[in-house]
Formats: sequence, C-alpha cells, structure tokens
Amino acid sequence: MQRGTARALFELLSSMRFAISLLTILAIASVVGTVVKQNEPFNAYLNQFGPFWFPVFEKLGIYSVYNTSWFLVILAFLVVSTSLCIIRQTRPMLREMRNFREHAREASLRQFSHQASMVPASGVAVSLDRARAYLARSGFRFRASEREDHVLLAAKQGSAGRAGYFLAHGAIVLICIGGLLDGDLPLKLQMATGGKQATSGNQLIADIPASARLGTGNPSFRGNVFIPEGRSASTAVLNVGDGILLQELPFSISLKRFHIDHYENGMPKRFASDILITDDSGKALERTIEVNKPFEYRGITLYQSSFEDGGSLLSLAVHGLARGVPRLTNMQGAVGDTVPLHAGDARYTLELTQFRAFNVEDMGTAKDSDAPASGMARFEQHLGSGAKSPTQKNLRNIGPSYTFKLRDEAGQAREFNNYMMPIEQQGRWYLYSGTRDSQAEAFRYMRIPLDVEGKAETWFALHDIVFDPALRAQLAQRVAARSATGTSAADNGMRDRLTQTVEHTLTLFADRGYESIGRFIEATVPAPERERAADVFVKIMQGAVWEAWLMTRERSGQAAPALDENNAIFLRDSIAALSDSLFYGAPVYLQLTAYDERQATVLQATRSPGKALVFLGSLLLVLGVFAMLYIRERRLFVLIKPNEVLVAMSSNRKAIDVDETFQRHVDGLRELFAAPENRPT
Amino acid sequence: MELARISHQPQPGGAVPRSGDWLRSLGLGDWLYAAALVLGAFFALQQYGASMDVYDKGILLLHVPILMAVGWHWKAFRPFLAAVAAVSLASISLYQGELARAEQSFLLKYLISSQTAIMWMSALIFMATAAYWLGLALRSDFAEKTGNVLTWAAVTMGTSGLFVRWYESYLIGPDIGHIPISNLYEVFVLFSLLTALLYLYYELRYGTRRLGAFVLTVISAAVGFLLWYTFTREAHQIQPLIPALQSYWMKVHVPTNFIGYGAFALSAMVGSAYLLAERGVLASRLPPLRVLEDVMYKAIAIGFAFFTIATILGALWAAEAWGTYWQWDPKETWALIVWLNYAAWLHMRLTKGLRGSMLAWWAVVGLVVVTFAFLGVNMFLSGLHSYGSL
Ligand code: HEM
Repeated sequence: MQRGTARALFELLSSMRFAISLLTILAIASVVGTVVKQNEPFNAYLNQFGPFWFPVFEKLGIYSVYNTSWFLVILAFLVVSTSLCIIRQTRPMLREMRNFREHAREASLRQFSHQASMVPASGVAVSLDRARAYLARSGFRFRASEREDHVLLAAKQGSAGRAGYFLAHGAIVLICIGGLLDGDLPLKLQMATGGKQATSGNQLIADIPASARLGTGNPSFRGNVFIPEGRSASTAVLNVGDGILLQELPFSISLKRFHIDHYENGMPKRFASDILITDDSGKALERTIEVNKPFEYRGITLYQSSFEDGGSLLSLAVHGLARGVPRLTNMQGAVGDTVPLHAGDARYTLELTQFRAFNVEDMGTAKDSDAPASGMARFEQHLGSGAKSPTQKNLRNIGPSYTFKLRDEAGQAREFNNYMMPIEQQGRWYLYSGTRDSQAEAFRYMRIPLDVEGKAETWFALHDIVFDPALRAQLAQRVAARSATGTSAADNGMRDRLTQTVEHTLTLFADRGYESIGRFIEATVPAPERERAADVFVKIMQGAVWEAWLMTRERSGQAAPALDENNAIFLRDSIAALSDSLFYGAPVYLQLTAYDERQATVLQATRSPGKALVFLGSLLLVLGVFAMLYIRERRLFVLIKPNEVLVAMSSNRKAIDVDETFQRHVDGLRELFAAPENRPT
Repeated sequence: MELARISHQPQPGGAVPRSGDWLRSLGLGDWLYAAALVLGAFFALQQYGASMDVYDKGILLLHVPILMAVGWHWKAFRPFLAAVAAVSLASISLYQGELARAEQSFLLKYLISSQTAIMWMSALIFMATAAYWLGLALRSDFAEKTGNVLTWAAVTMGTSGLFVRWYESYLIGPDIGHIPISNLYEVFVLFSLLTALLYLYYELRYGTRRLGAFVLTVISAAVGFLLWYTFTREAHQIQPLIPALQSYWMKVHVPTNFIGYGAFALSAMVGSAYLLAERGVLASRLPPLRVLEDVMYKAIAIGFAFFTIATILGALWAAEAWGTYWQWDPKETWALIVWLNYAAWLHMRLTKGLRGSMLAWWAVVGLVVVTFAFLGVNMFLSGLHSYGSL
C-alpha cells in the first residue's frame, strides 16, 4: 500500500465522521437481534419463516445475530476506529494539556469571542501582582511571558478533562476486547482449529465422543449443569447451534436438595440449591447457591439458572376407557422414563415428561356479585393503600400435576396433563385431565365428576355400562319399562318404540357423543322443531344414564340414589364427561395416586476471562465520561499594558456557562484593576 | 440580552461560586439542613433498621452526603425534602401498623395513603401542565408561578406516595416488603418525579419558566399512561419480588436509569421547543435559541452520564443474577442502542457546524428510541427482563 493511501485510510478510520457512522450502524444492527428471538431451536424458526426463508435467514445468521461474523466485524471496526482515534489524538491532546499558549499574540487574542478591555488604575507591576494573585485564587495554573511593551499571563484550568478522553475511549476498547474474550469467539476458534465438533443432545453423557468434549483447560465457556437431587455431575452442556458440546469441569457437584419457596399468593420466592463440591484435592465444600447469590470456585462461577424434574417416581392407577381394557390396574414410572403400556390389543409407549408438585391458579372471582364498579365508585376503589385490588384474585394451590405423552405403534403421540387432586368448581368436584395433539395447542380438559361421596368410580362404572353394546338393549328395555308401566297392547307397543328410541340414542351417543346426536337431529328434524327434539334426546340420555346408575347400585347391592338436585347435576356432568371421553384420544385414564418427588437443579457454569477487563473498562468509562462532560477546560489570558488590560478566554466546549464564567472573571478583574494603588490585594 | 440577565443575577439557588471556597460560603441554614439529614438518617436507622440489611443501611447512609450536596447546591430542594418527610411520616403514623386503616382514616383514604397520594400527584401534574401552557399563551407570570408551585406539590405528593407504598409493602408481610421501584407502575411514578425534579432544577438554573409547558406535557403523558395502567390493568397492586429481582443492584440500577430517561425526555421537549422557536412559533415567548440549545446539551450530558452508570450497574446485576454481564437480551440491547444514539449525538455536537435544528430533531427522535427501550420492548419483544410486562 502506498503511503498516501495508508495515510488516507488512517484519516478515515480515525475520523469523527466515521465514528458517528459506526455508532449508528452498530445501533441499527443491534435492532435486528431484538426483533427475531435469538438462539431458539431451529424447528421454531422453520415453523416461523417457512422452508424458503429459513435457510436464507440462517445464512445471514439472523438466529444468532450477535455471534455472526458480520456483527463481530462491526465491533472490530469500532475497536480499530477508537484505537486509531486515541493514537491520533494523543499528541495534540498531550500538547494541549501541557501547553499554556503563552506565546499568543495580542492580535489573535483580540479575535476571541470572549474578550474584554479594561483600564488599570495602577502600573504594570502592581497589576501583574494582582492578576497573579487572582488567577491563583481562582484555581488557575499560569505562565507569564514578558514582551517588549506588555506582559501576558496565560492561565488554564480543567486540563484533566482531556485525560477523561483517554479514559473513556480507552475503556471502550477494553470493554470490547473483554467482551470478545467472553463471547462465542474462543469457542469458534477451538472448533475451527482443534477439530471439536458439536454432537446431538439426545444421547447419554458416556456416549458423547471426545471430539465433542472440551477439557478443563478451556479458558472461556458458559454451559448448563443438570443435577438431580442425590446425584452429581462434573460436566456442563454447551449449546452450539442445534447441537451440544460437553465441557469437563475440574470438580464434581452433587445436589443435596433443591428448594422452591413460595409467597402466600403462590408467586415463587426463592430458588436455591444445596450443593456439595468435591475435587481431586479431596476438599469438599458445602454451599447454597441461589438466584442472585452465585458461587465461584477455581475460576468457575456457578449460578442458579433454572430447575427441572429430576426423575420423580409416579404411581398411577390405570382406568380402562376403551373396550377390552381392564377396569383398573396399577403401574409406576419415573419422570423422564419411557414405559410400555398395553391397552387391550393396542400397544403404546408412555413417556412421562414432567411433574409439578404445586400449581397455583387464579380460580376466578369467588362471588358473582363482584361486578366491576363504574364512575366515582370505580375511582374510589383505586384510593387507599397499594395493597388492595378491586378485582380480588382467588389464587389457590390446586395440587400436583404431571404431563405425559402417549405414543401409538405408528409413532403418533398425544400429550396429556393430569391433575392429581379433584378440583372444585361451584361447589362440585372434578378430576381434570387435559389433552392436546401438538405443543402449539392449549390443553382441552375433560372433567370427570365425583359423586356425592367424593368418588370417581361411579363415573367409570357408568362409562362401562353406557358404552357397552352388549348391555345397550337391556338398558333400553329398563328405561322403557320404567316409563311405560301398563300391560295393555298399546302400552306394550309404546314400550317397544321407546326401547328402540333409547337404544338408537345410545348407539348414536356411543359414536361421537352429543355431536352425533346433534348431527342426527340436523339431518332428520326440520329447523323449527330442533330445539324441542334436542330436549327430548337430552331427557332420554338422562333417563338412560340414570338407569345405568341404578344398575351399578344393584350390582353392588346398594340402595338407589336419591332423586335430588345434587344427583341431577352429577348426572348432567357425567353425560358431558362421557361425551368428552370419546374425544379423549387415549384408551386409558391415568390417575396419579402417589408420588415421590425428586427435583433437579440447573446451574450455569461459566469461566469468563474477560470479565475483569470489562469491569475495569466500565469504571474507567464512568470516570472518563464524567471528566469529559464536567471538567471544563478554560484558558484565561490577561495581557497587561501600561494603559490597558486585555482579558480573553477560550474553552474547548461551547456552552453558556463559558459566557457566565467569563463575565465573572471580567467583573472580578475589572474591580481589581480599578482599585487604587495602595489597596492590598 | 436575556443571557446577560442570566449571568449577572446571582441565582438564589445557583451554582456554588468557586470550587475553592464553597465551604466557607455555607451559611447557618446549610449546616442546619445537614444536621437534619444526619438526624433523619439516624431516625430511619433506628425506626426501620430491623427491616434493613447491610446494603440497605449502607445506601441509606450514602444518601446523607448525596442529599446534603444536592440541598446545598439547590436550596429549593430542602423544603421539598422536609415536606416529603412530614407527609410520609404523617401517613405512616396514621397507619398505626394496620393496612385496614387506609380505608378507615379519612386523611389516609383521601389524602396521603400511597395510592391516593399518587392520584394527587397525577391531578397536580395535569393542573401544572395547564397552568404552564396558560402562562405561555397569556404571557402570565402568575400562571407560570402557579405552575411551578403545582409541580412542587405534585412531586411532594408523588415522592411521599412512593415512601408510603414502601411502608405498606412491609405491612402486607415482612417478606413482601421492598422498595417500590420494581415494576412498570412504580417506575412510571419514579420517571414522572425525576423528570419533574430535573425540570424544576433547570427552571431555576436558567431563570426561565417558559419551558414548563413543554416538559410538563411529557410528564402528563407519562401520568396518563400511569392512570390507564392503574384503571385497566390494576397494575398498582403491590406484588412480592420474584427471586431475580431480589438484589441490591436493583435499588441502584433502576433509579439511575430513570434519571437518564428523565433527562433524555427533558432534552427532547426542549428540542421541540427549539424547533418551534426556530420557525418563529412562540419565538418571542420562549427563551433564546442559545439557551434552549444549552439546556438540551446539559440534559443530554447528565442523561448520558447517568445512563452510562445505569447500564453498567445493570451489567453487574446481570452478572450476578444470570451469570453473564451481557447477553443481548432485548432490553439490554435497546439500552445499548439508546446509549449509542446519545454518544453519537454528543460527538455530533462536538464536530463543528452541527448545531441547531439537526441536533434538536435528533433529541426529539432520541425520545422515540428511549420510549421504545422503556415501553416498546416490554410490549413487543420478549426477554429476560420479566418485570413490567404490559
Ligand atoms: C461507543 C463509543 C464512544 C463513546 C461512548 C464515546 C463517548 C464520548 C463522550 C461522552 C465524549 C464527550 C462529548 C462531550 O463532551 O460533549 C466524547 C468525545 C470525543 N470522542 Fe468519543 N466516544 C466513543 C467513540 C469514539 C470514537 C470511535 C472516536 C474516534 C473518532 C471518538 C472521538 C472523540 C473525540 C475526538 C472526542 C472529543 C474529545 C475532546 O475534545 O475532549 N469517540 N466521546
């Protein structure tokens, strides 16, 4: 490169204009990464952008903007530009800081925008003494230079502001370098030069090949350590793109206990891990790590990052729903396990995915009378203490829940979310079980009603009878017999017709519940009559299920249930749940009967060699910025002639307080010089 | 010339004249004020020390010299502080340790419980805005003076409201008690207060009340949002702190941030006054362009300095809570964008020739960026900064 070009490049890179452009470009580039959520699984992006744009954005690095090379290049430019700027400014700045400009010419001082002329009352020597005293008192440092016809006092203060420039801009360089050390760059370099390669996360730690393992000497990393209660771990998992790398830690961490404390309203109050750290030195350290209370050991800092289930043991009661599945069996499994499940002839795999011991939910307003107030009353509701709220939330812990996937032989999976305890709704109790086809949907809940004695068995018994084709005719006959008790031919005919209708209704219902009855009505009944017809069908269903209930009671030798309001509601809820059960999508209902919770903590382990540099840089940045903005450099020139004193001032920042300060000095000096000879200064 | 007036009149609350002998310039009043602060701190320690940890106590004691410096430099700050102390203590004593008193005591319910005090602040801010505009429109000194008094009253009520809210949070439960700067509702109150205080300071410093109409307008907008947030989202309810927010860094990070935001908002409003005056609109009523430019610069300078500290404090906090001082979370990134924007502004001003309307426009646009960083991020982007989602 020619000298001229190099010079021009230096000029460009170190210019203020370039710096401002860089700051602006950096700001705009940063926006990109805030608009697209960063570092999500690739699947999420594929769904979001579609197959055409997904690879385009991937190429551009949109999914991890701040680690892309183009972003790092912008940062590198900032470092280069700022460094060059410092280099370029060093000499002139140092000169400025040292120089008093005592050789300033009278003519040039008269060009200053801040200058004033005054007439001294005494001779040059006295004026000079007074001016020196004044400048010293006002915090100026100064030099005197004597010329043939005058004396010039060149004074300045606030030169330290210039040092602020070096501090602040040097700090930017420090911070960027420190940040680079702690970022992705060291890892990328290791992968490029050390032959390291990310691997799939779906394998046992022991199976992970050496090419995906990083040694304890790795200077810079950030990874997650997953430890179930009672177990230990000595590796951290680093997410790289869609794969992982394994980072060996120089010690082993075992989790004794994981704590979650809650506030009264159910919000989380504290996450803490009681851990025990052991290393080859044989030392053992007991510590508690909490959010906002990390722990550092051997250059690695451990933080409370999150928590998961660590394999809680769940006992399940398996209620058969499909035909040919036994009424009730039991099984056990741990969260994270995949267990085979046989339902009649069908084979499934049960994947237990999650367990939660607490579920705090807003159960809605307790009273219906809590209608929102309006006008003045509404305003008054917002006066008083910050503790009250017009719309009281009704937060309640509704007990444990767990989620699982049921995968059929074709590999299709459905997800379920079951609550262990019955949940109350308007004075009635239900077992809740949610189901959905895909992660993107919300759970749809089936509510199994409990009978007056608080048992779910009644509903299951009803389920078995109502959906049993072999019992359908018998059930229909019993319903008909109860409605038409006469023995005449007409009665017999009516009974037969009723039997047929009930049987038909039950057959319809067994297909798709209320939905198929609805379709049947739409297909066969003219529009104006439909509502009445629907009522009739509902009555028939109620009659049939009531009869089924009587049958279960007879079988177990119990008395018939009372015909009251409570039981009527139970009947209605039961039929709704029966209808829903046809869409449940599983041949069994898995009721959680007992659990042995085991939690796991996720700690973040980091080694960040640049941290100290960044923090030092931050300190210097603050000092530098304050120095630049608030230490004002001022130069005051007092040129003393026998019959005139010229006062001039300059500053490196234009602001109104320069005018103010100048005026103050002019006033002070004018008064001083106007004083008669013998007045002491 | 207006400027000459500014520089010649010694301002009642103006800067301490010279660095060397300011200590000697302090009068009896200054020392009494200092003594009152020290006593106040001891009173607070003795009364509420049981609920404080070491850091709380340290920060409390650190406030003595800070408030001393502010009060010595800016005399009008003292009666304000005294009034806040009086109102807060009155409210606290009326509570007698029982939250239910907020409904029973007339004074609490309609004047000085936290919610009511903040409502009063809101009303007073609206009134002050109207008064300042009236003063500008009618060239009425009286209206502007009224605006000034109303603004002082508003910040007194608002600040007391926050102190009382702090106390109320402890009444809900000792484990729930925390400083009220932890959610969007609380920081909006803080923003209004700090912006108003900054304005009041500049009003005295530059001897002009003409900018009140502009600055109070942006505070009114903030208060408008606050009320909407209160009435439609019940955002005013005191919530316990989630674990991530249980850090003393929060207590320094948030207020520092809002001094920055407040100063930037102020500069943008002065910038818009500049743009109007430059086009001859209200030119004869507003301060000269040079003064407007200067206020704008001063505000951005103080905003930038505090925002720098705030961002660094945020990084220190993140290092402790999340294990990384910087991870390009949307809130962090937007803070960086705000910061870069004003860094560019300051450099722009330093390069010759760039003055005037370009910088004023930039300051106005700066407020848009700030608003997005403050609110937009919470509304449109998701991230780790979980407090204050809309
Ligand atoms: C993020 C990066 C930067 C920040 C935060 C920053 C910050 C600052 C601040 C706060 C000032 C004082 C402004 C004032 O007093 O009004 C300043 C001045 C200055 N900056 Fe930067 N700066 C940055 C990058 C740069 C770069 C890359 C250059 C190189 C061209 C540069 C060159 C200067 C110069 C020459 C001054 C004037 C110094 C003086 O006259 O005392 N800055 N900077």
